[in-house]
Amino acid sequence: MAAVGARWHHVWVGTETGILKGVNLQRKQAANFTAAGQPRREEAVSALCWGPGGETQILVGCADKTVRYFSTEEGRFQGHKHCPGGEGTFRGLAQVDGTLITCVESGIVRVWRDSDKEASPNPLLELSVGPGVCRMRQDPAHPHVVATGGKENALKVWDLQGSEEPVFRAKNVRNDWLDLRVPIWDQDIQFLPESQKLVTCTGYHQVRVYDPASPQRRPVLQATYGEYPLTAMTLTPGSNSVIVGNTHGQLAEIDLRQGRLLGCLKGLAGSVRGLQCHPSKPLLASCGLDRVLRVHRIRNPRGLEHKVYLKSQLNCLLLSGRDNWEDEPQEPQETKQASPEDTETDELWASLEAAAKRKLPDLEPPSEALQTRRRKKQRPGSTST
Amino acid sequence: MAKAGDKSDSKGKKGVKRKATAEEPQEAAVAEDGATESGAQPPKAAAFPPGFSISEIKNKQRRHLMFTRWKQQQRKEKLAIKKKLKKEREALGDKAPPKPVPKTIDNQRVYDETIVDPNDEEVAYDEATDEFASYFNRQTSPKILITTSDRPHGRTVRLCEQLSTVIPNSHVYYRRGLALKKIIPQCISRDFTDLIVINEDRKTPNGLILSHLPSGPTAHFKMSSVRLRKEIKRRGKDPTEHVPEIILNNFTTRLGHSVGRMFASLFPHNPQFIGRQVATFHNQRDYIFFRFHRYIFKSEKKVGIQELGPRFTLKLRSLQKGTFDSKYGEYEWVHKPREMDTSRRKFHL
Repeated sequence: MAAVGARWHHVWVGTETGILKGVNLQRKQAANFTAAGQPRREEAVSALCWGPGGETQILVGCADKTVRYFSTEEGRFQGHKHCPGGEGTFRGLAQVDGTLITCVESGIVRVWRDSDKEASPNPLLELSVGPGVCRMRQDPAHPHVVATGGKENALKVWDLQGSEEPVFRAKNVRNDWLDLRVPIWDQDIQFLPESQKLVTCTGYHQVRVYDPASPQRRPVLQATYGEYPLTAMTLTPGSNSVIVGNTHGQLAEIDLRQGRLLGCLKGLAGSVRGLQCHPSKPLLASCGLDRVLRVHRIRNPRGLEHKVYLKSQLNCLLLSGRDNWEDEPQEPQETKQASPEDTETDELWASLEAAAKRKLPDLEPPSEALQTRRRKKQRPGSTST
Repeated sequence: MAKAGDKSDSKGKKGVKRKATAEEPQEAAVAEDGATESGAQPPKAAAFPPGFSISEIKNKQRRHLMFTRWKQQQRKEKLAIKKKLKKEREALGDKAPPKPVPKTIDNQRVYDETIVDPNDEEVAYDEATDEFASYFNRQTSPKILITTSDRPHGRTVRLCEQLSTVIPNSHVYYRRGLALKKIIPQCISRDFTDLIVINEDRKTPNGLILSHLPSGPTAHFKMSSVRLRKEIKRRGKDPTEHVPEIILNNFTTRLGHSVGRMFASLFPHNPQFIGRQVATFHNQRDYIFFRFHRYIFKSEKKVGIQELGPRFTLKLRSLQKGTFDSKYGEYEWVHKPREMDTSRRKFHL
């Protein structure tokens, strides 16, 4: 059942125990999917991304340096690819043109050929980004462009088809009022659509906007929120704002035009690990260390829509971007089975009615009725789901 | 009016009341007639206009009298109902319906979906492989470091000493103004498994930080109602060196399980039953009560207990993943009063 309904899950969440959970918000059900059948902490999911071809495949980056392929159509893991190199967990996962881009914490970005799951042990391209990477993000408009940032590792934008040098290397802000160097800790990066700008959120509770098109390499805009490190960030659909989450479970929407706080979202009790907004609807999915997946409505009115308790600590999530949230089309198999039944029963009722009208031949209608009853009894057994 | 006053002095209090009540809706002249009538006949029920309440009487004495009379009447009625119910129950005997259970806040607790089901495999796996796995697999035995905030006063120092007698294999060290983040690597290198820091404010201990050492979670508690040994009445003699047993009560939710396991990992695995000592962590309504007792079985079913040791109450403020790092650490659970304390029937542990 879970395997059959896997394609209709709205949110996919990766946990620290290695389980990939698919959550259906309409039916309020969550299904667990594991590669090995048992949860394993060595396979803790650290990165999730959609595979090629719509939302039919999910690439799951695990802590043991393997990327597993999960098919949402079939609801099971299909294969895996071992991506060695560097130390630490995956900090970024992306796919483009049949290749797979991985980035680990020690700063090794590798591009792998995706054609054969097991073969091709050598990467197509390898870049060293610098140690302490916290996030690598792919530009959705230009899939060959990735941005990386981390602790004491400034924001760098790389073109994988271009040279080995970064296209844009951000510069740190000026020394503060005590003339001390401001430390760098880029926790999450997002590309702003329809421009070359990037937004980052830092562990020192700052939100910064960089513009590679402008001559200054320093941030164009800086806003601060709260007192705790910001761990996750997502862009809101349409409007020029981002939603950030920090280690205390506080979610805030920050306007990027002025750097203002627009509002907060309540409910989370633990550190926010994953945030994603729906591309068209005003919905935000958030997951964190308090083991609960929450879906908030961002505007009119701002509040909590769904809350699902998933028993393990949640690391990352993927929100399905499809529009038909509410309409869940019937499974095609069930409709095919239903229609021949209907037509047969209609014929049977017609024959019975005709038989009832004829009073004289008493032997025939009961035998027909008996036959129909036998057929009716057989049918439910034969069409078991 | 003077006449009326004399009459009230001569009659009993009830007479005064009835006259007072009779006076209210009527005029003074009529009241006198009413008084004479009440003297002659059995007292009439006072005629109040509808919507009249006792609190509208301006005269405090009369109001008080009215109220006490009303209260006595209420009590009588209540007693009568109780007696009737009791009679009915006795009359029915065995067929009597079971007594209705009174509603308490613990009964009315809001259903918490995080309450751990003992058959749940996912949670069982999560617990089997969490940071306390090495303790529960008997690979490590606890070694505790107890310290305080800087420059502790006498009460806190004595509490630390008493705690170290309660928790086996624990050592008390003076804080000396050292930063916790510097103490922790030193503890890890010296094989300590847990760090307890008792925070003090205005000469009384008011906070407890419990950090499981190699990489484990850090819990921050608010501590209240601290009673040292000499403040406990009818206590037994000082605890001996035997390893106590542990009782963890009522840690039902997933968060409660984590906290319960933290407490369990403070004590060695093999309790010495000869010592007959038991440490109890009882959770009720998100408050954790710590008690230390010595028990003795007087017969198969009767036990006597003596309270030894310090006693205090804890309330969880935050549970942080990783060792102590309040600024940059990631929190697994943070208590947010304005969001979480909205319902009196919702508890988190």
